[in-house]
Amino acid sequence: MSNNSDSQSSLIPASEIKPATMELEAVRSKLADAKGPKYWRTLEELVDQQAFGDLLEREFPRHASEWIDPVSRRSFLKLAGASLALAGLTGCTKQPLEQILPYVRQPEELIPGRPIYYATAMPFNGHALPLLVETHEFRPTKVEGNPQHQASLGSTDLFAQASILNMYDPDRSIAVTYKGEPRPWGEFLGSIRGRVQYHKSNQGAGLRFLTGAVASPTLGSQMRAVLQLFPQAKWHRWEPIHRDSIRQGSKAAFGNYYDPIYKFAAADVVVSLDADFLSGSWFPGFLSYSRDFMSRRKDPKAGMNRLYVAESAPSTTGAKADHRIPALNAEIEKIARALAAKVGVGSAGGEQLSAEQQKWINAAAADLAKSKGRCLVVPGVFQSATVFALAQAMNAALGNVGQTVNYIDPVEIDPVEHTQSIRELADDLRSGKVQTLVVMGGNPVFDAPADVQFGDALEKFAANEQNQLIQLHIYRNDTTDFATWHVPEAHYLESWGDVRSYDGTVSIIQPMIAPLFDGRTAGEIIAIFIDQATTPGHDLVQAYWRSQHSGDDFEAWWRRALHDGFIGNTAFPARQVKANAAVPPAQTAHVAGQQGEFVEVIFRPDPTIFDGGFVNNAWLQETPKPLSRTTWDNVAFISPAMAARYGFLRLEQKTIEQSDRAKNVNADHQSDAENVIEINVGGRKVKAAMWPQPGQPDNAVTLFMGYGQKRTGRVGSGYGYDAYSIRPSGSQYAGFGAVQATNEHWSIAVQQGHFTMDDRAPVRSSNLEEFEKEPNFAREEPEPARDESLYPDFRDKGWYQQHAWAMAIDLNSCIGCQACTVACYAENNISVVGKEQVQRGREMLWLRIDSYYEGDPANPTMYFQPVPCMQCENAPCEPVCPVGATLHSTEGLNDMVYNRCVGTRYCSNNCPYKVRRFNFFLFADYETPIRKLGRNPDVTVRSRGVMEKCTYCVQRINAARITAEKEDRRVRDGEVKTACQQSCPTEAIYFGDMNDPNSKVAKWKKNQRNYSLLADVNTRPRTTYIASVKNPNPEFEKA
Amino acid sequence: MAPQVQDEIDVLPPKGVRPPILGPGQTLRTVTDRIGGVVLTKHTPVFWLLIVAVAVAITGILNTAIGYLLMKGTGIWGINIPVGWGFAIVNFVWWIGIGHAGTLISAILLLFKQSWRTSINRFAEAMTIFAVMQAGLFPLVHTGRPWLAAYWLFPYPNSMGVWPQFRSPLIWDVFAVSTYFTVSFLFWGIGLIPDFATLRDQAKTLTVRRIYGMLAMGWRGSARHWNRYETAYMLLAGLATPLVLSVHSVVSLDFAVSVVPGWHTTFFPPYFVAGAIFSGFAMVLILAIPFRYLYGMQDYITLRHLQNCAKVMLATGLIVAYSYLLEMFIGWYSNDKYELAMVHNRLFGPYSKYYYTLIFCNIITPQSLWFNKVRSSPALLFLVSCVVQCGMWLERFVIVVMSLQRDYLPTSWGMYWFTKWDVMTLLGTMGFFTLLFFLFIRFMPAISIFEIRALLPQAKVKE
Amino acid sequence: MTTAQPIYGMMAEFDNPTDLVHAAEAAYAAGYRKMDAYSPYPLEEAAEAIGSHHNRVPLVCLIGAMLGMIGGYALQYWVSAINYPINSGGKPFHSWPAFIPVTFECAILGASLATVFGMLALNGLPQPYHPVFNVPRFTQASTEKFFLCIESQDPRFSPAETRRFLEAQHPHEVSEVPY
Repeated sequence: MSNNSDSQSSLIPASEIKPATMELEAVRSKLADAKGPKYWRTLEELVDQQAFGDLLEREFPRHASEWIDPVSRRSFLKLAGASLALAGLTGCTKQPLEQILPYVRQPEELIPGRPIYYATAMPFNGHALPLLVETHEFRPTKVEGNPQHQASLGSTDLFAQASILNMYDPDRSIAVTYKGEPRPWGEFLGSIRGRVQYHKSNQGAGLRFLTGAVASPTLGSQMRAVLQLFPQAKWHRWEPIHRDSIRQGSKAAFGNYYDPIYKFAAADVVVSLDADFLSGSWFPGFLSYSRDFMSRRKDPKAGMNRLYVAESAPSTTGAKADHRIPALNAEIEKIARALAAKVGVGSAGGEQLSAEQQKWINAAAADLAKSKGRCLVVPGVFQSATVFALAQAMNAALGNVGQTVNYIDPVEIDPVEHTQSIRELADDLRSGKVQTLVVMGGNPVFDAPADVQFGDALEKFAANEQNQLIQLHIYRNDTTDFATWHVPEAHYLESWGDVRSYDGTVSIIQPMIAPLFDGRTAGEIIAIFIDQATTPGHDLVQAYWRSQHSGDDFEAWWRRALHDGFIGNTAFPARQVKANAAVPPAQTAHVAGQQGEFVEVIFRPDPTIFDGGFVNNAWLQETPKPLSRTTWDNVAFISPAMAARYGFLRLEQKTIEQSDRAKNVNADHQSDAENVIEINVGGRKVKAAMWPQPGQPDNAVTLFMGYGQKRTGRVGSGYGYDAYSIRPSGSQYAGFGAVQATNEHWSIAVQQGHFTMDDRAPVRSSNLEEFEKEPNFAREEPEPARDESLYPDFRDKGWYQQHAWAMAIDLNSCIGCQACTVACYAENNISVVGKEQVQRGREMLWLRIDSYYEGDPANPTMYFQPVPCMQCENAPCEPVCPVGATLHSTEGLNDMVYNRCVGTRYCSNNCPYKVRRFNFFLFADYETPIRKLGRNPDVTVRSRGVMEKCTYCVQRINAARITAEKEDRRVRDGEVKTACQQSCPTEAIYFGDMNDPNSKVAKWKKNQRNYSLLADVNTRPRTTYIASVKNPNPEFEKA
Repeated sequence: MAPQVQDEIDVLPPKGVRPPILGPGQTLRTVTDRIGGVVLTKHTPVFWLLIVAVAVAITGILNTAIGYLLMKGTGIWGINIPVGWGFAIVNFVWWIGIGHAGTLISAILLLFKQSWRTSINRFAEAMTIFAVMQAGLFPLVHTGRPWLAAYWLFPYPNSMGVWPQFRSPLIWDVFAVSTYFTVSFLFWGIGLIPDFATLRDQAKTLTVRRIYGMLAMGWRGSARHWNRYETAYMLLAGLATPLVLSVHSVVSLDFAVSVVPGWHTTFFPPYFVAGAIFSGFAMVLILAIPFRYLYGMQDYITLRHLQNCAKVMLATGLIVAYSYLLEMFIGWYSNDKYELAMVHNRLFGPYSKYYYTLIFCNIITPQSLWFNKVRSSPALLFLVSCVVQCGMWLERFVIVVMSLQRDYLPTSWGMYWFTKWDVMTLLGTMGFFTLLFFLFIRFMPAISIFEIRALLPQAKVKE
Repeated sequence: MTTAQPIYGMMAEFDNPTDLVHAAEAAYAAGYRKMDAYSPYPLEEAAEAIGSHHNRVPLVCLIGAMLGMIGGYALQYWVSAINYPINSGGKPFHSWPAFIPVTFECAILGASLATVFGMLALNGLPQPYHPVFNVPRFTQASTEKFFLCIESQDPRFSPAETRRFLEAQHPHEVSEVPY
């Protein structure tokens, strides 16, 4: 039945699609009728009933299945998904009942097969990622950035790209449950109404709400209403990746909560005190900041900016620094003080710092002094409040306020300090003050600070039969075990809402599709408490904005807001704040003493699964984590020197080459059996696989949070370690602890074994001075001339005349954020293969970002190089194919004909760039109906035994060509954007028609820094690279 | 059988005297009876039954391995990106190499009028055919979609209007290997016709006579027929000679045509051909030595034959050794960073131990063949041949895997680990090969009767 | 002795090749043409003696080789340059160097097939029945005996004459070959 309804969705024109309410009712009753947990409670149970048991048996030889496992893992998903199909599919083909507005044209005009774009926004970690969502027949298939929105400028990060997969996740929570038993929504409503009445009677005493950081004005106003109605009730907030230090810091500096807004475009000198503003969206404004910052690095001649980074955990931001200094988290504050003293804020407290650090400070200080008002000191969100205060004080002293930095009211509604908030709640739970706890989103049992012991608090709370925990979440997670009522939450692509981006601009969240599993939004749950239970989400949001909007043109105004994806002029105005001169006292107590055998333990969000919310997202799991290139697990960074001290490495590493070789016997291992270390923080212990990471400060171990959840889907289970379990509330981003070697091993799936360039210089780089002397440094070995070949050039035969598609990648701008990789997964239906297959070297990603290290492992220079298919004009892969399954198009594309491919893999062997990927098994999931919904209908789903690779998003090229032909014109420059190009926050990827002299790509190809990878093999790649130029301080050595 | 016979035959003759090609006291009749007897005898030797039983079992393993492969996909093997070719191609090249001695012995030695070839050419040809059958298996099953590769590789008109891509060495392979198989089969087949006639006339029961009668196609030894027969035989020999040299050259082009450092070298064709003959003769010895013991054929396969094979091995072995040196030299002489890295990887890379084992097997061990003692001791020769066989397999492993494993971009370097399925497939083909070979010994004359006759003194016409 | 019904010929059996050859030469000298010698292994002298010198197998072989070579190259050229030309890694449609291996293999294949089947055809094989097999001792022809058969088709053939002639060649035995 599922298949039929699926084919319906693709075959029947939208006009004929009837509203599916009927089916939905049917589904609900079905879910309700089915008695007992058996029917659906956990998918394991369900599937055990069915074929899965024997499926595992059939996996006969044990050791074979060790690494065939992911296949069974997928088959498992297939079965699981099939069971969910009936709950899912009926909803999918149905447009939400309320009118939502397409980005370019009205849905009534929907032409099957023609995508429609809607503007919306993704709430993330207390701010918004503004998006355009591509939908096919009302099924969202791809997420792009909203070009008109300051917080996106058209680009996205990897989380936004991958978020769409969460919506189509068969492991999502699919029904309302009471103590684990399925219940119809009505029943839930009834029971809660009772609860509400009771709390009205007692002023809301014992009524508690727990949410993440809320940036939704509507929800905010609802909460205020609730708190008015129930004066005794409390609203707690907890984000595991919170920004308390900024809150405290701004209190200390300005006496009130403010959010800083930086203007990197205006800064000639940027000093980052552990601020990874080029690394991820946990740094609010990441997308526009990296765009602004890199706008000053496109043309070295046009006033390059300079970046100083002092960081405690190697980050992609550090990789882009002109002067990077690794420092313990504790030292960062000292460095900040010393620097502050030099720029005239406070006085140096006689910090003892290493010579390098001192030199770094001097140079930075000098540079800052030179460019008053045109510089910027950025404190890290994971740093202490003191560092924040110092940094802002420096900015004030340097006259940057108003120039390169502004302060606005916090984007978070009624901001609180989350640590304090969650602790209060835990205490109240223990002392029995709480009777009703409403947890909306989040997973406090898993991610609350270890010493808060939230789980055990909840146990006490749940011990009392009268108490009720009401959970709203998209998954059934560790917290669900304590939930009396669990309500499936609607994915943001299924819900109405609003959210502020880092600068305060409001975006209306509009659903692309009716909730697949009948999920609810937080707003709809809160509405129950203010007697609006029947009001649909859309009306809640609209009602709020109607109240905010003055003037009678509301309808038009509303339409405009939906259409643009944001409400004009809602950005917060800059506050005229005065940083108080008094430098806050040394606050990080643990700095003093506590050295010796102690090492610093640094906690960071995982670069790909963030706080753990994405743990069941296969794309993000398989996306290599920047710098380490590991997948499917989190590792514990320690410095190579430290690893050697612990005897993990065979030799002390003086060079990157040695660190490569020392990593294990053979450096090309895709599967590293890493030694396991035990980290002990205040008596709490966790075992983690160590990872000798070049650039990691010595005596520090960096742990990544998010892995190790007990309750998760098949994708996320069984990998990594739980860093939260030892994360003390006292020092949530860095503390001190002990590290102990164990003789256990844990194998890690790595997608890159070598981090050295040897003598091959795949990445060409220089610095400004050198560059001015030797502008053509990137072209030492020029491409062989065309006439050197015996064969006639196809150009002479009239080929490549119409269009010649080409790509140029600016290595200077690439920040290695992996957004392009995930975008490629989403656009091209790329299969995920699982940890074991990655370990066998069978990852499928079409676009990989190679990382290279150079120099001293303690503080190396790092480079990123995105490597898609080079689309060589003399493609070595083509002549060796016996069946002509890969050949050249008249536009110079290296086409891959999937249905002709017999899979000899000769092409891959003969590809010098190794960008081809092979379906060693049936990696693609052909069964799970819900997965089919999310696929890009314009791209083939590849079968077993077929070679595949980057196509320059040929489906997009063809779409553009068709439009152009209809309008009888050439394809315009910028009309075709490849998925990677579109997602790139720094516009590092240029794609277009080389034949069009005015196209961006043609101009970049003429750039003197432009070079081809492995030019001497004479493959004539269409993809070329723009060599990177750094801008170190000429006086640095003197400093 | 008759070890005591062997004892008096295998005694070393006095210095300077070479052992005879034929044992003493042979007549037209004895030749017919001894060789034909093996086939026509009613009682099947026990050792034959044992060997065939084991071979059948191992062939079963092969079927399992291939069945599971078709079920799951090539992922059950150890291959990956960058090492897209593993055991399958290594085995392919290895078996094809083995398949070279047969045609070489029958064709080239025939042209050179090397009369000693006659006692070994028949089963050497059989060996060739069976080896090529093993080899042919791999290029097919190693593809991702064998059910398509099976016919898409051949040029046939189809509704899609697409054809094979003739610039690809893999297509050259298809043509070379299938041609080689056909020609070897023809060569072997017409060689058998007169002997089938003999068996027909010697047959004791009607059915046997009928069967061999059909196979003999009514051959009656007419002088006119012999005349054309001899011409055809010579012509085939003349055709097979360039063919046998071309086949392994084409196989070597699979590598030489590519851009992979360690593959992209012009001297691969001669290098591969020498290696092929090297391993081929090793295989001849591996088969001949047990065969002459088990069936007491020392009169026909004498020490002389073993010694000559050993000499050919020594010579080709030296060429192979030279090729190894040349490989290193060119790597160094090219002064190309990728070639240099390839050399470095051979010597110090993660797989270097395989390389050194290979040197031991293919360069050090064969040197023992300089000594007449070794050349005249079947046991030692058997041992050396086995070592060489391993060496030749390793050579292909080194070429295929160690080159792919580290090519241009360090970031995409990778390792290759074979799985049990790889091993089962390799083992399985050995079993299948043995099975075919022993069936051949039982049902067809393993030594060319009519050619042996021609060697007898009384076969000459006295003036 | 002499029988009414026609016979295929008169056959003499010899113990060694020398006698056979001599007998054959004598017969040829005596003007016999339609005759054939039978031996268990190729005996060039015998063929010479009965006057069979050259044969057309080499010609057939040459034709086969030509057909194979031309066919092979033509196929590749037509496929890659005319019927469905594709731009494969910037190589010309008619990349003749790449076509040589297949051409060569085709030539060898054509030649070999032509040779073998040509030889069989010229020999008139397979041939299920032949009168010579009616002679009981002829089974020895594939082992150790040598036979000379003068056929009745020969103008000079006369049962009595021929038998006398053959017996003069001191054979092991002379016998009639019935149809």
